[in-house]
Amino acid sequence: MTRFTKFNVSALVIGFTFLYLPIILLILFSFNESKLVTVWAGFSTKWYVELMQNQGIKDAAWVTFKVAFISSTVATLLGTIAGLVMTRFGNFRGRTLFSGMIYAPMVMPEVILGLSTLLTFITLAIDRGVLTITLAHITFSMCYVSVIIQSRMTSYDDSITEAALDLGCTPFRTFMLITFPIILPAIVSGWLLSFTMSLDDLVIASFTSGPGSTTLPIKIYSMVRLGVTPEINAVSTILVGLVTVGVITASLIGKRQKQQLAQS
Amino acid sequence: MNIKEIQVPSFLRRAFNGRNAAISIPYLWLLLLFLFPFVIVLKISLAQPVIAMPPYTPLFSWGDSLWPKIQAGLDSYLFLFSDSLYIKAYLSSIKIATISTVLTLIIGYAIAYSIARAPTRWRGILLMLVILPFWTSFLIRVYAWIGILKTEGLLNLALMTLGIIEKPLIIMNTDLAVYIGIVYSYLPFMILPLYANLEKMDMNLLEAAADLGCRPFKTFWNVTIPLSLPGILAGCFLVFIPVIGEFVIPDLLGGTKTLMIGKVLWGEFFYNRDWPVASAVAIIMLLLLVVPIIFYQKSQEKAIS
Repeated sequence: MTRFTKFNVSALVIGFTFLYLPIILLILFSFNESKLVTVWAGFSTKWYVELMQNQGIKDAAWVTFKVAFISSTVATLLGTIAGLVMTRFGNFRGRTLFSGMIYAPMVMPEVILGLSTLLTFITLAIDRGVLTITLAHITFSMCYVSVIIQSRMTSYDDSITEAALDLGCTPFRTFMLITFPIILPAIVSGWLLSFTMSLDDLVIASFTSGPGSTTLPIKIYSMVRLGVTPEINAVSTILVGLVTVGVITASLIGKRQKQQLAQS
Repeated sequence: MNIKEIQVPSFLRRAFNGRNAAISIPYLWLLLLFLFPFVIVLKISLAQPVIAMPPYTPLFSWGDSLWPKIQAGLDSYLFLFSDSLYIKAYLSSIKIATISTVLTLIIGYAIAYSIARAPTRWRGILLMLVILPFWTSFLIRVYAWIGILKTEGLLNLALMTLGIIEKPLIIMNTDLAVYIGIVYSYLPFMILPLYANLEKMDMNLLEAAADLGCRPFKTFWNVTIPLSLPGILAGCFLVFIPVIGEFVIPDLLGGTKTLMIGKVLWGEFFYNRDWPVASAVAIIMLLLLVVPIIFYQKSQEKAIS
């Protein structure tokens, strides 16, 4: 049963070609000499040089990283708490609503999330800017973190915490010495996922951003509306490269930890 | 005086213990920034648009009288149902979301199944290859298709060079481009829950069916598919619900004829600056999605516990 069959190989080859060819072409044409994105005119890195001189893009990149860093950190903290509450606290009052508020934002269309958060900020008289984008990103990211933590906790062996508590360890120390190291890989992947989602978000950021808080996706979107240019390909290539390195590093860390766990 | 000697009322002690604090911090955050915003959207959907900042009338106004005058009307909703554009946009979104969910399911199932049945040492890397695009920017992945699909794009160039077609195909700015964009962007969301389900499947059941003389296709249809139903449902919800309100894909790949409600909402808000109508559009969309979202939540809770 676990051999490659003809069907499996062709499904995988076609499937992965479909998934990767557009990204590979995008990267390829970022190194094109010509301004035309479809005609190859020789290798060049001039679009990257041009990118480095584009102050608008550099400003947007800085705003984006700031928002992504702060929002993913806060979201990881809140989401970890929410995940532990959902798995360890049994049935508390309002649990169904809580669980609904965790799952709904993950599938809710972004235009609804963006509009509703923006109208709330306006009602509460909070000025639109970096702060409002960050608050909106924390809200949807923490739900993803919480679900990652919850699925990690399902394979968590309760008897080890009970043993520690029986032996006189305080609940806080038990958490720091036992629970935390076990869920750490889940926390790291939750943070990474939050970071990249904040980095990628166009719709919610468009609603909640104000003057002077243009993020990279908003900037790219306004460039894309004017047409396909190698400069957009170049900035996309850099983003794709960063995310790829991040994801591969994270999975290698996870793998190593699994091996260490298996050995011990 | 020693701190410990102060008598704290028991109800206060109960309210401020660690357990309640842990529950209330994320709880209050989501109440304030996820649930409460819907109340605001509902409120604004009942207001009138005015040229001011904010561009809608307040719900309560204090005139000369002692009691606030409530100014709420269903004008925005009546407007939605009087102009066929909005109804068409809702129906068209449901149609596009349904068709693309089915397409994503067929393609996603083939890939997820092939990964789950691949040799064990290959599975990790294959799964990694599915996850990688899932982490890559949505906007960038949609943008990548513009260069391929446009009339003078790479697909037409390739097909014409190979002599398969003589005139370029018009795909860009049509519904077909939107379907391609949606299937491409949402494929990982379908593959991951399907793979998680197929990988756990008890192979003994399949072997038993084969031993009893069931042909492979029949085994697949009568055993594998029903057993993978939870994965199928989770994947379909993860695609269908967000696609209903999709904005980026119809905006960048679709044409003027592509009607989707997410794009309409965006237009009402950013171009027409009619916040009450934009809010009403959101409320009706929410009503359409509330049942699928509850089903999705239930299926996820079951999967995790």
